[in-house]
Amino acid sequence: MPRGTKLAAGLVALVLLLAFPVIFTLPYPRDVMIRIFLYAMLATAWNVLAGYCGQISLGHAVFFGTGAYTSTILVKTLGLTPWAGMLAGAVLAVGLSQVIGYPVFRLRGHYFAIATIAVGEIVQTLMINWDWAGGARGLFIPIDRTGSLLAFQFRDKQIYYYIALALLLLALWITRRIERSRTGYYFRAIREDQDAAASLGIPVARYKQRAMALSAGLTALGGTFYAQYILFIDPESVMPLSLSILICLVAVLGGVGTLWGPLVGAAILVPLGEATRIYLGGTGKAIDLLIYGFLIMVISVIQPGGIMALAQRGRRRTG
Amino acid sequence: MTAEVLLQGIVSGLLMGLVYALIAAGLSLIFGLMEIVNFAHGEFLMLAMFSTYWAWALWRLDPIVSLPLTAAALFLLGVATYLGLIRWIIGAPMLAQIFATFGLAIFLRSAAQALWGVDFQLVKDPLIQGRISLGGLFIGMPQLAASVGALLAFVFLNWFISRTETGLALQATAQDRQAASLMGINTQRMFALGWGIGSACVGVAGALLTIFFYVFPDVGSSFALLAYVTVALGGFGNVPGTLVAGVVVGLIEALGGLLIAPALKYVAVFLVYLLVVLWRPQGLFGRF
Amino acid sequence: MTAGILLDVRGVTKRFGGLTANKDISFHVAPGELVGVIGPNGAGKSTLFDVLTGFQPPDGGSVLLNGQPITRLRPDEISRLGVGRTFQKLKPFNQMTVVENVMVGAFQKTTHPAEARTRALEALEQVGLADKADAHARVLSTGQRKRLEMARALASRPRLLLLDEVTGGVDQRSIPGLVDLVRSLNATGVALVVIEHNMRVIMGISQRVVALHLGEVICDGPPQAVMNDHRVIEAYLGRAYAS
Repeated sequence: MPRGTKLAAGLVALVLLLAFPVIFTLPYPRDVMIRIFLYAMLATAWNVLAGYCGQISLGHAVFFGTGAYTSTILVKTLGLTPWAGMLAGAVLAVGLSQVIGYPVFRLRGHYFAIATIAVGEIVQTLMINWDWAGGARGLFIPIDRTGSLLAFQFRDKQIYYYIALALLLLALWITRRIERSRTGYYFRAIREDQDAAASLGIPVARYKQRAMALSAGLTALGGTFYAQYILFIDPESVMPLSLSILICLVAVLGGVGTLWGPLVGAAILVPLGEATRIYLGGTGKAIDLLIYGFLIMVISVIQPGGIMALAQRGRRRTG
Repeated sequence: MTAEVLLQGIVSGLLMGLVYALIAAGLSLIFGLMEIVNFAHGEFLMLAMFSTYWAWALWRLDPIVSLPLTAAALFLLGVATYLGLIRWIIGAPMLAQIFATFGLAIFLRSAAQALWGVDFQLVKDPLIQGRISLGGLFIGMPQLAASVGALLAFVFLNWFISRTETGLALQATAQDRQAASLMGINTQRMFALGWGIGSACVGVAGALLTIFFYVFPDVGSSFALLAYVTVALGGFGNVPGTLVAGVVVGLIEALGGLLIAPALKYVAVFLVYLLVVLWRPQGLFGRF
Repeated sequence: MTAGILLDVRGVTKRFGGLTANKDISFHVAPGELVGVIGPNGAGKSTLFDVLTGFQPPDGGSVLLNGQPITRLRPDEISRLGVGRTFQKLKPFNQMTVVENVMVGAFQKTTHPAEARTRALEALEQVGLADKADAHARVLSTGQRKRLEMARALASRPRLLLLDEVTGGVDQRSIPGLVDLVRSLNATGVALVVIEHNMRVIMGISQRVVALHLGEVICDGPPQAVMNDHRVIEAYLGRAYAS
């Protein structure tokens, strides 16, 4: 597709997205879109570390939870606006990611993946037992009736929609910038062959930590958004292994290591989850995971590059 | 915290550790053969437990009686998994390998949930029950039977891979695939066999556990994580090493629960994992 | 004594459990020199490269680059000091194109993608792969991959380049081309240490040859002298041929 057409198509898509909540005023479709944006954003953030840099983290929910808990605790104890809490959460998540990364990045492949699961479980267990931070009962975000923008709480989903979209666009923009820069090349070199990368002068550990920091910070932003959107958080909803897995699934289905893969994945999986929930009711929860699991197996075997790779193959054949 | 309570904890940790060792042995065997971690190992255990439970619930078969059936069923599951899924991702990028079995894990867990619900099931009134007293310590018969059974299975496994021709062929394939195939060993068959045997180990462990453990779709995940830690501790691919490693993990879990807090016992185990893989990546006994 | 020496290897020893892969290895390389390293399989050649480039810490001895000790530095630190290398078991960045592969090397000296791309294309030109710039690395033949790995290392502008097996696994017809390439690289002033099994290649390009056997240096000198040294002959062919 020539560049001009791509740009035009992008603008049209953007206008449509911006107009969506104006056209669809019922809360349900807006909620679905918000969740698509949120998952796409989380998957995009994960993609920086796992897709581009090749470090497959299966415990990323830790950073989501860090964002959610930080801003929530700051609201409850200091009355601090969640916007500042969001930033604080991101900073904390980055710090945590560096502490985790220091030992864990010495591992490779499966060992690394298992270690990330272990870290995720440890942190979740600690949160469940930390009563001051709500423990297993969780925390309610105090309802704010002033309607001020600073409170980060809105009766109308429309504003949440735009914030979620903005976060997604931020994540995509950061990914795009990295993709074309030296950092992006270094990330991919590390993914392909760490030793060869080192032999070319790349300080591997440093770049892994950088990828981790970016990924963690962005993920934490999503955590704060979630807290302010749902107004209740607990370890089960913001830090479970299942969330970590879901984030990976979204990216893997759509196409790891590509810019649009995570968004494509979210655009498919979220509505799919909704459909199974609607048509299959209570057991729907298990059925959509069943389908996810099956899809992931199929993707792994047939096209690890996900839907984006399938699309590339198709384009090349008709191209 | 009396010496008695401590001793009780040590004994119970030791007994569970033998079960962990058997579960981990299967995982280690598979990894040694083809460098693939079966992230669905916990779900295999869960299926073994459910199979044992249903054999009891539907046909009144005691877990000990249905054990051979469960082991056989899991053997077939392992082979089927290899033929249907794993064989296509050998040599595939790391991402594909991790997510293939991960996807399987999610699939199996959700299937169990959809089919049998989330309720906790328990076999009631098994043949082996009650407890014995050894010098002031109480040991549950089911736990004892499980650990003795696990130990026997483990010994049998070790005998098989080091003394039988097929077992040696397995070891050869694990050490050098090309050389083994040049000597006439059918690699595909070895891989399938490895998956079968590794899964059968989990089958035996699952049957034994069902005598006293609750059965539910998520039961596999905590065992799985302990199995990864055990395999890492013993050295990926080192089957005999998992015996000591399993006991160590069992002890840490029990003592961690006693000395720190029951809710945090897994924290202790996972911290040990991190320490081991960082300080000695090849595990206590592995060859790197 | 250190004036005019680029690489100074002093008594490097490396053990793996009971096996001594490198035993008290010493030799040096002058700027712009082309040194060949030969030895039967298991002589410790690749291990030596790993020690020199920071992938394995030695158990004894030291390595100096321009008088500066580099013995326990990380591989990336050593690379940034001007040492490049290729690997015996080739390591192309498979999911990237040829030019992207080389750009990774070029980025050591610049942060701008456009400039890195220009430098990468120059390096590809040098090794004769310019026409394959946009092909994916994984479709290349073995000989082409070896050139790619050289170009990638070259793009980082090393003063010393370690080549591990230039002609291994390459078909006969491609060998002269590779040999010419190595010579032309040397002609640009880059010092080269080349591990090679093919005797004719080594004889043709080396100014000096270091012969290893069972982890030790058994001979060090001009190619002709080394080839006729009885210890070298004994190592390769056995005692019966040595005298």
